[in-house]
Amino acid sequence: MAPKNSKVTRNPNLIPGIGKYSRSQMYHKKGLWAIKAKNGGQFPHHEKKAKPETTSEKPPKFYPADDVKKPLVNKRKPKPTKLRTSITPGTVLIILTGRFKGKRVVFLKQLPSGLLLITGPFKINGVPLRRVNQSYVIATSTKVDISGVDVNKLDDKYFGKKAEKKKKKGEGEFFEAEKEDKNVLPQEKKDDQKLVDASLIQSIEAVPDLKAYLAARFSLKSGMKPHELVF
Amino acid sequence: MPFKRYVEIGRVALVNYGKEYGRLVVIVDVIDQNRALIDAPDMVRTQINFKRLSLTDIKIDINRVPKKKALVQAMKEADVQGKWERSSWGRKLIVQKKRALLNDFDRFKLMLARIKRGGLIRQELSKLRKEEAST
Repeated sequence: MAPKNSKVTRNPNLIPGIGKYSRSQMYHKKGLWAIKAKNGGQFPHHEKKAKPETTSEKPPKFYPADDVKKPLVNKRKPKPTKLRTSITPGTVLIILTGRFKGKRVVFLKQLPSGLLLITGPFKINGVPLRRVNQSYVIATSTKVDISGVDVNKLDDKYFGKKAEKKKKKGEGEFFEAEKEDKNVLPQEKKDDQKLVDASLIQSIEAVPDLKAYLAARFSLKSGMKPHELVF
Repeated sequence: MPFKRYVEIGRVALVNYGKEYGRLVVIVDVIDQNRALIDAPDMVRTQINFKRLSLTDIKIDINRVPKKKALVQAMKEADVQGKWERSSWGRKLIVQKKRALLNDFDRFKLMLARIKRGGLIRQELSKLRKEEAST
C-alpha cells in the first residue's frame, strides 16, 4: 500500500490541549456508535488473559548498612573525531609537535580512535607509519596520489603498546633483559612500512620538487604571518 | 614641489580603505570639499571621502556624471585597466596579490627558484670578475 505522507488527526488542536471537537462529537466521528451497534448495544469486552503464577520473591538475606547511590545509566557512545574538511587521504600535513615537528608528511587515513595515520614516507624524511592527533597538524592544500596504497590492515591495535611480559626478579639478569626487549622493531613492521611507501614514493617522484619538499622541515621565517599564510 | 595628480572629473583612483578596498574607480563628480562621487564598471555609483582615495596618474575624458555605458566605453577606449596593469604601482599590487595566495608547496618551489637564480647570478659575476682580474 502506498504510505500516507502525513498523519491526519480526527481532532485537530485549536490550542495545545484543546481539541476542535467535543467529547460527544468525537464519539460520533470515531464511529463508536457503529462498534456498539455491531456488538449488540455494548462495547466489545475481552476477558483478561490469566497471569502465569509467579513464585513469591523471598526477602533478601542481606541489606547493606548504608544506602549506596547507584550511578545513572550512561548509554553514550563516543563518536570518532570529526575530520577537518581540508584533510583528505593524500594530503600533505605539517606536524607541529613531538620529535617530528616541522616535518611535512602524507596523510593516509583516519583510524577508528580518531587519530590520523601518517607516513613520511620513511625513506624521504624519516617519519614512519605513525598516529598523530588532528589538533597538532596543519593541513596544506597539496595532495599526493594515494590510490596505490593499501592501509586496511593498519588500525589502532597495530600501534598499541605491547603488553609487558612479567619480569623475573633475578638481580643480575634484570637490567640486561630489559634493554634487549625495548630496542628491536619487529621485522614485520619494517616490511609494512616498505610496502606502504613503495607506491607512495612513486607517485611523489612523479611531481617535480615534491620529494625535496617532503624532505625539508617547515619553519616560520621573518615576515611570515601564520594567520595570513595560505597553506 | 607642485602637485601633479589633481582631483578632477575623470581621475582614476584606488580605494584604500573600507568595503571597496583595492578597487580602481573613476571620480565622476565632486560633492563638496571632502567627498566625491565615484563610479566603476562593476559597482553602484557611490560617494566617498577623498581620504579614502589614492589618486593615480591615469585620467580619462568624460563629462560630469556620465551614463554608465558612456563611462564603460570611455574606460575601454583609454585602456585604463591595461595602463594600470603596466604601471609600476599596478604591477606591484598584482605581485602582492599573487604572493598572498601562494601555497606552502609554492613557497618552497619559489625558494628553490630564488636560490637557483642567485647561483646563476653569482656564476656570471665571478666570470666577469675573472675577466677583470685577468685584464
